[in-house]
Amino acid sequence: MEMVIVLGILVLLALGAFAAVSVTKRSQRRMDVAERSAVTQPRKQAPADVEILLPPGDELVVPEVEEAPRPAPGVEEAAARPRLRDRLGKARALLSGYFGDIRGRSAIDDEVWDELEEALIRADVGVTATGRILDDLRVRVKEAQVTTPAELLDLLKADLVDQLSTADRALTFSPGQPNVWMFVGVNGVGKTTSIGKIALREAASGRNVVMAAADTFRAAAAEQLQLWSERVGADLVRGQDGADPGSVVFDAMAAAGNRGADLVLVDTAGRLHTKVNLMEELKKLRRIVDRTPGALKEVLLVIDASTGQNGLNQAKQFGEAVDVTGVILTKLDGTAKGGIVLAVQAELGIPVKLVGVGETAADLIEFDPEEFVDALFAA
Amino acid sequence: MFDSLSDRFESIFSKMRGRGRLGEKEIDEIAREIRLALLEADVNFKVVKSFIGRVKDEANGAELSKSLSPAQQVIKIVHQELINTLGGETGKLTMNPKPPTVVMLVGLQGSGKTTACGKLARHLKSQGLQPLLVAADLQRPAAVTQLQVLGEQVGVPVYSEPTDPVAVARNARNEAARLGKNIVVLDTAGRLQIDEALMDELRRMRESVQPDNVLLVVDAMTGQEAVNVAESFAETVGIDGVVLTKLDGDARGGAALSVKEVTGKPILFAGIGEKLGDFEPFHPDRMAGRILGMGDVLTLIEKAEASFDEEQAIKTADKIKKGSFTLEDFLEQMQQIKKMGPLQNIIGMIPGMPKELKNTQIDDKELGKVEAIIRSMTPEERNDTTIINGSRRLRIAQGSGTTTQDVNALLKQFKMVQGMMKQMTGAGGKKGRFPKMPNLGDFPGMQ
Repeated sequence: MEMVIVLGILVLLALGAFAAVSVTKRSQRRMDVAERSAVTQPRKQAPADVEILLPPGDELVVPEVEEAPRPAPGVEEAAARPRLRDRLGKARALLSGYFGDIRGRSAIDDEVWDELEEALIRADVGVTATGRILDDLRVRVKEAQVTTPAELLDLLKADLVDQLSTADRALTFSPGQPNVWMFVGVNGVGKTTSIGKIALREAASGRNVVMAAADTFRAAAAEQLQLWSERVGADLVRGQDGADPGSVVFDAMAAAGNRGADLVLVDTAGRLHTKVNLMEELKKLRRIVDRTPGALKEVLLVIDASTGQNGLNQAKQFGEAVDVTGVILTKLDGTAKGGIVLAVQAELGIPVKLVGVGETAADLIEFDPEEFVDALFAA
Repeated sequence: MFDSLSDRFESIFSKMRGRGRLGEKEIDEIAREIRLALLEADVNFKVVKSFIGRVKDEANGAELSKSLSPAQQVIKIVHQELINTLGGETGKLTMNPKPPTVVMLVGLQGSGKTTACGKLARHLKSQGLQPLLVAADLQRPAAVTQLQVLGEQVGVPVYSEPTDPVAVARNARNEAARLGKNIVVLDTAGRLQIDEALMDELRRMRESVQPDNVLLVVDAMTGQEAVNVAESFAETVGIDGVVLTKLDGDARGGAALSVKEVTGKPILFAGIGEKLGDFEPFHPDRMAGRILGMGDVLTLIEKAEASFDEEQAIKTADKIKKGSFTLEDFLEQMQQIKKMGPLQNIIGMIPGMPKELKNTQIDDKELGKVEAIIRSMTPEERNDTTIINGSRRLRIAQGSGTTTQDVNALLKQFKMVQGMMKQMTGAGGKKGRFPKMPNLGDFPGMQ
């Protein structure tokens, strides 16, 4: 029950701080109060939690599939799937020779360990995780009687590949019913773009796809998804700006059921995991999907490869809120290595399922642990 | 959760005895702890090295302060060095003596450029300028629409054309002159710094519009790569300042230090939320504390201000002073605290939080338990806990789905809280002064 003490401290601090500061700041704040309070208030006055009501006049654009022939799936040519190492050519060129140095050395000395540490930290693996990895490696080096830096690097790579190789990397799909894949994450990571890419791929393999534009907050978010749905030739369910995202999800589920769709891809608004009311909203969206038992097959957390240690916080909080089943690691075509996914896998058991390597429709590939680890060391 | 640096330092310095100066050996050990803290905060590896070097230079041989403990003294040096590095000369937008002034925003995909453009336009308008928003991101689907929507929200016109970004940039000044606008906020497409074609396009945009300010937009949760991105943009297209976005998250924000260190350009603005008003000048001192994980008291205050109802807060503060703070009041205050965000983050903002408390089960489930117990009490029981005898405890436990041990523990701890409140308002509540965090180890039962 130390919680009580902690809360007591918080109350005191908050009140004390408030009292001490509010008097002087009151005049400054008056103008900002309206907007300020909106930051911590729920973004919209959502209807009561239990029933989802369609706000009156809410326009749901559900293209009638029966009336017009649907454009051939995969309207855009899906090019041969890119390999990670090809995409990383540019980035690796910048770092080539970095690990060439280690390989060329004869003995495993402190400098070699330092360079390994630096490589991992610079890949955003995190200083604690790096320590753990290298400590484990030191033990293994003794056991395996490794003597050269080249062997050491290979051993390290093998260890990391091992850590990342879990059984379940496929996107769960059961034929004969609507499968819902929900996309969540913080702002700007590439959720909408990833959905577009996935929709293209799935439609190209003959699946009947419905896209749900449940980001009703971000300016022109539904328009962005609409452009993708047109490219892909998939149905889109959207609402008015500022509509309740729950109503969009509800309608998408209904539409999918009616049309016998195979796949429902739900785009949600980017949200920082620190915003309580927004995380509550996300939980609500999940609950709506769960009203059709067994429909929700994937909750995919989209993480930007350039994210630092905060990526782990994101995975923790989103995981606790809506039970994340996999990670989509985006923007790996940049110089960032995305090393944070090692901790996400190790500490939370959440695997990376897909990797984004560009902005166009074809730039989405399966996560390959070996390719990924190779790229970490750019050797 | 954020470990207080002082926790880490105390053990190192407890070995120091009666020396007049900070010893090199201890400084080295401290340096390792600082390095850890900074790396955990996503400060770039190389930047950490040079930063620590500077701190060591300053700390080595420094005379021991009479008022601060050695640990506090070193923290102060580190803190100050961070503020100096992050701050320095006040950054301001450069205004063109012949209007319009052009501000061009650049950066990686998803960093927050378009939103920042909207916010900046609003900010400039509030300062009496007449901005024009220019949408030169023709790459991202519906990016122009997005900026148009934002423009409508802030009452600023948006110019674009479907030709190409360089043409849009080139025509921006003429368009501003035509509409009688004296400042242009130019949005560009997100791009990787290693994409030669796009970086070349950016260079040509720069040549064609001759911006007075090029601002690099950086996401506060960026990791080690912040350095490479900043360096590249600075080299290829030149930057004059930085906008740091998404500071309303809980990322420590070491990228800020990395970018400042590597480019030397000032961080001008901070994005602190998704609303267009969530935009403010950058505060180096707050950022310094945040990076060090030392707790961000000012942010805590702001969150409290935003979440707490002012009248109620004053009433409750009065009750605390009078010593009449009850479980009913406590329950009310808990509702306000819940609005402030995940408890783990809030607690992380409190400096000097003892280890014992930080390691306890701090999650919202635990909070739920506390609430449930209090709600299972009658109003009389909440206002006077002395009447809660054995049978009442049992009833409360059953009603809340907890055990009598839980109920006992809550009552005991609450009594401590009341005692703490008495002490704090008695001892530290000077008018206008923020009450000091008491040494919580002083309280009974808090070894």
